[in-house]
Amino acid sequence: MEITVKVNGADRTADVEPRMLLAHLIREEFALTGTHIGCDTTSCGACTVLLDGRPVKSCTVFGVQADGREVTTVEGLLRGGQLHPIQAAFKEEHGLQCGFCTPGMMLTGSALLEENPNPTDDEVRWAISGQICRCTGYMNIVKAIQAAGKAMSETSEDAAASVAS
Amino acid sequence: MAAEAEEIRGIGHSVRRKEDDRFIRGAGNYIDDIHLPGMLHMAILRSPFAHAKLNSVDGSRAQALEGVIAVVTGELMAQHNLAWMPTLSGDTEAVLVTDKVRFQGQEVAAVIATDPYIAKDALELIDVDYEPLGVVISPQQAAAADAPLIRDEKEGQTDNHIYHWESGDKEATDAAFAQADKVVSLDTWYPRSHPAPLETCGCVADINPATGQATIYMTSQAPQLIRTVFALVAGLPEEKIRIVSPDIGGGFGNKVPVYPGYVIATAASLLLGHPVKWIEDRTENLISTGFARDFWMHGEMALKEDGTMTGLRVSLDADEGAFHADAQPSKLKVGLFHVVSGSYDLPAAHVTADGYYTNKAPGGVAYRCSFRVTEASFMIERLVQNAAYEIGMDPAEFRKKNFIEKDQFPYTSATGLTYDSGDYQAAMDLALEKVGYAQLRKEQAEAREQGRLIGIGLASFTEIVGAGPHKDYDILGIKMNDGAELRVHPTGKAHLKISSQTQGQGHETTFAQIVAEELGIQPEDIKVTHGDSDDTPYGLGTYASRSTPTVGAATAMVSRKLADKARKLAAHLLEVSEEDVELAKGRFTVKGAPDKAVTIQDVAFAAYTNFPDGMEAGLEGVAYYDPPNLTYPFGTYAVVVEVDADTGQWKVERVVAVDDCGVRINPMIVEGQIHGGLTEGFGIAAMEQITFDEEGNCIGANFLDYLLPTAWETPRFELGETVTPSPHHPIGAKGVGESATVGSPAAFVNAVIDALWPLGVRNIDMPLTSGKVWEAIQNAKAG
Repeated sequence: MEITVKVNGADRTADVEPRMLLAHLIREEFALTGTHIGCDTTSCGACTVLLDGRPVKSCTVFGVQADGREVTTVEGLLRGGQLHPIQAAFKEEHGLQCGFCTPGMMLTGSALLEENPNPTDDEVRWAISGQICRCTGYMNIVKAIQAAGKAMSETSEDAAASVAS
Repeated sequence: MAAEAEEIRGIGHSVRRKEDDRFIRGAGNYIDDIHLPGMLHMAILRSPFAHAKLNSVDGSRAQALEGVIAVVTGELMAQHNLAWMPTLSGDTEAVLVTDKVRFQGQEVAAVIATDPYIAKDALELIDVDYEPLGVVISPQQAAAADAPLIRDEKEGQTDNHIYHWESGDKEATDAAFAQADKVVSLDTWYPRSHPAPLETCGCVADINPATGQATIYMTSQAPQLIRTVFALVAGLPEEKIRIVSPDIGGGFGNKVPVYPGYVIATAASLLLGHPVKWIEDRTENLISTGFARDFWMHGEMALKEDGTMTGLRVSLDADEGAFHADAQPSKLKVGLFHVVSGSYDLPAAHVTADGYYTNKAPGGVAYRCSFRVTEASFMIERLVQNAAYEIGMDPAEFRKKNFIEKDQFPYTSATGLTYDSGDYQAAMDLALEKVGYAQLRKEQAEAREQGRLIGIGLASFTEIVGAGPHKDYDILGIKMNDGAELRVHPTGKAHLKISSQTQGQGHETTFAQIVAEELGIQPEDIKVTHGDSDDTPYGLGTYASRSTPTVGAATAMVSRKLADKARKLAAHLLEVSEEDVELAKGRFTVKGAPDKAVTIQDVAFAAYTNFPDGMEAGLEGVAYYDPPNLTYPFGTYAVVVEVDADTGQWKVERVVAVDDCGVRINPMIVEGQIHGGLTEGFGIAAMEQITFDEEGNCIGANFLDYLLPTAWETPRFELGETVTPSPHHPIGAKGVGESATVGSPAAFVNAVIDALWPLGVRNIDMPLTSGKVWEAIQNAKAG
């Protein structure tokens, strides 16, 4: 069946089997391979994308369920060619090693920061607890998400200050 | 006069990783991201039985499904002499079954289709007639006189025993035990676990029918070795095989072996003339690829009354699965397990090991560990704690009394290993200080009076990595020496090619820093290539924490070769004699006239534009490193837990990890490696286990049953360091990737046992699930 999904801001149309998973739709039909697949049981969260701004595990959503909705993948994090603060923070804080869980972690982190710009260690850990990282031991992922929140707050304060002046 | 030169970000700098730029953009290139024109997809049919005669395989209904190109059976593979392949341990392993299945999940047939969904649909249309046989799921069952014979196809194999192996001096050890004041023993099963990298295994096999060129993109930690193995297995000319490991989503040992799926996909590409992609699903990964551990161990320690260790005896039975496919040096049947005397000055030790076939998946790999060192470290560190209590000493005092002392290095152990360097006391002292050990013991005593169970566990591990010297270390006869190739371009930028393959360790940054240190070229100006067997020097790959000890050394060596030539070029440019030229941080200066200088960039340009008569053009070279010895990282970990006696749940309150891995090239990356290793060590201690029922059904076959730590369970870590350089390594580095997985499981278990010791609990086998802890408490209470 034919579906139209807004992917990273642009409408994309595809003719897919109803059983096709969103993860495969993104990877195979839309050729966005930054979304990874690590298990088959909704356990690892490597396939996490944002569906209408909320993190979902795209291996447990059918592609057709995204029809008419908005999907953000890691490729959609860049802003005007510039790194999203969470991307910069993951590099700066060494929040990644093999990079396989990283897109999902950054997307969940960015969604958390939209709601809670200054999360505690526990709040970050709870937010990413549906996702597995085998390399980092999570310490630096938590630091990276918190650092991104701080950077984003400072940027918006700067913007507010420049408007005020 | 140029401005003050920018600091060279060589050894000791926490340089941010160069590889991250692609990963944070989702632009990594993992195996499943590779898409070639005309590519077909493969899915594998696996046995539901652990042991069953295969009467027939009929693929005709599957073949009839639209989109199915071929059904590959064992019979077809046998026609091409590919139904069996050699393992890395010199055994044979079935690629596709022709006679009987020997473990649940074994490869029975494969479908090649135009689409991965169709390939999986077709698996259900393959008709297989199995005749179930008796099942063996432990070495104890395997050794029974009436056990079913698993490897009946092997000539001369009349039982399930694979090998017997010994190390150390039996007579001396027996004498030590005969004279002992006290003997303490421990039986423990280090259960089967799985490395479970987040990316499963897979490949894209692309054989060009016109040229015969085979390009195989593969999740491999050792592309050069795999190319040679493919040449031997398939009889293909080695120059026409190119193995490419793209970005790898974690390995931890799981991606060292050659799996049947790789061979079937390659054969299918050869037969069909199309590229063939095979990507495991998670269940396939957990039930069929390289497992870890599964050692049943018995340890005994002989002691004098005053707490001096006088002897160690360890025997073990190894559950090797259906084929002996351990990935480890050929001569060492249980790897480096003989480092089991650990950090202690034990005058006598004796180790025996027996391996058995069982109806379980083959391929004992070292899950973030250097060839069975994790099992050894666990055995000695658990035994040491129990022995301390049995003899009535504090475990820290007991360790201190028996440590190999700093001035005893190089130290020859009772099993014949030569430890390169160490200062075990300093590492333990720092860990005790950081955790506040003395105060904690007071708090523990107070808590006990209130009925609270606090536990403090230590582990003072000795690692052994960097295999290894060519005399003793080879895989399938190929010596474990590794290479580095370096070219400095005319503009002073460089290209380093290495024989190791990163799976997240940060090689593109770390190895560039070694060159930066030696030649003064900034790491961001150095491109590092790895993973492509056509474009890298020969070497045996990345596992067992060997990249820095071997390839790191080769990188320093090749850099020094280039520095020698660069010095000649600098002398030519400066019009002085070579002896008068000094190199530091990328600047060649004249002795006594420091203002007279040229940079490495000037010299590189001259190497192509203005070199003296009689000198070869260019600035490049290659070096292969043959380690004179292994390296021995070490450290002390201290874990504090509180156990809830009513539920058996335990919570980690503190983890202090002091590591000594010699010189740290990139401290940020080193700490990241330690964090990861501690987490995997915690997972093994607390939750990770591949379990089987009596019929050989694998119960831990997905991430709902094979539990891995998430951010929520994972403790926070406090790190510390001491630095004892390796005396023989060119830059004094020892390797660190696996120390924390080797050292930490014993620390976690020791902490829980420490909490429960007064109740009478002496041991609980891992993983320490709350159910098992509760049961141990109840049993102890019942007396």
